[in-house]
Amino acid sequence: MANAVVRGLLAVTGLVWALGAQPVAADETFVTPGSNAAGLTSCVEPTDFMRRNHMEIIKHQRNTVVHQGIRDSKHTLAGCIDCHVAPGPDHKPVSVYAEGQFCHRCHAYAAVDVNCFGCHATVPTPATASKAASGEFGPDVAQVPDQGAAAGGNRP
Amino acid sequence: MTQEHDKVDGARRSFIGAAAGLTAATVAPGVILHTVAAAPRAEAVTDKVRWGMLIDTAKCADGCTACVQACDRENGLDLQIKPEGASEQMWDRQRAVWIRKVQVQDNLTGRVTNLPMLCQHCEHPPCVDVCPTGASFKRADGIVMVDRHTCIGCRYCMMACPYKARSFIHQVVAEKLTATPRGKGCVESCNLCVHRRDHGEASTACADACAAAGHHAIVFGDLTDAGSAVSKAMAAAASRQIREDLDLNTGVRYSSI
Repeated sequence: MANAVVRGLLAVTGLVWALGAQPVAADETFVTPGSNAAGLTSCVEPTDFMRRNHMEIIKHQRNTVVHQGIRDSKHTLAGCIDCHVAPGPDHKPVSVYAEGQFCHRCHAYAAVDVNCFGCHATVPTPATASKAASGEFGPDVAQVPDQGAAAGGNRP
Repeated sequence: MTQEHDKVDGARRSFIGAAAGLTAATVAPGVILHTVAAAPRAEAVTDKVRWGMLIDTAKCADGCTACVQACDRENGLDLQIKPEGASEQMWDRQRAVWIRKVQVQDNLTGRVTNLPMLCQHCEHPPCVDVCPTGASFKRADGIVMVDRHTCIGCRYCMMACPYKARSFIHQVVAEKLTATPRGKGCVESCNLCVHRRDHGEASTACADACAAAGHHAIVFGDLTDAGSAVSKAMAAAASRQIREDLDLNTGVRYSSI
């Protein structure tokens, strides 16, 4: 009898654990809470497409930008960063490649080591110094708090 | 019935107007920022434009570094940090600079001339000739620049440049700007504020700063457009290329030297 109770309990525990460990449904999101992306239903392209192909589209876009000067694309690394950067406890934007942040989290899981951020800023910065001086910012930083101060002192 | 529909309901119209105004006011901070910035370029650059500069050395003031500082701020060069243990001397030689203030003296007459030295944006750039990867290239609109994605940091272009215009980034760059990505292991130089060009802005950071300092020594514009300020200035005053013996047809020219 006691055995039966123990077995029963074990079975119930196992079932509960198995159910709890099930992966969440397909619409699970990995965006960092607090980022602009967290409030959107999908990225610039459908999520499934972006997960597999984001590297291809920004690689193509980088060539058209650098060599042809075409900058009106919606596929931009700056766009990724604007949207996926999340504010930290002090309301300042946290690097998208810091541990646990959007880009790093998935790349660490997939064992991908990119060097985009050797050169590219990991938080949005004023478009140009002249705009910073006049208090006018490009769309890049419109949503970032604490960047409205005078030129020089407002850069991360 | 029809008449009733056709009649303009003044109260309804004013309510909708007020609601639209209120919505605009609420949304405006974001919307206005998006529309104030000029539209980014949608078409590939062409050779119908050639960007260039005329620098009047007579107006370039001794001791003024407004253009250098503006360039540093614009491109995040002021965010460079001296590596630990490096001597001041070494740092002076190695830190990236896109504009240098140069003083030249005529030894016979003693006349001293100040001028800012930067990438001259040659029509036939030696840095492009020697680049083994195609990273150093000339854009269709005459801007000579480095594609950092393909630069391997061999520094051959630095050796080839007669103007000592290029810098190599020796250290990891901790802070950089969105508009000017820059990082360790690449060569870089003046790109005539290419991000401004692609957003339809009129001038470069250095020309703006020079004008703001009251000197107006730098005139920037399209060399192919006879009506542009730079073309008019070149037509009016004698100008020279530096090392014109090399026949590079530079985009940056100097007057009063």
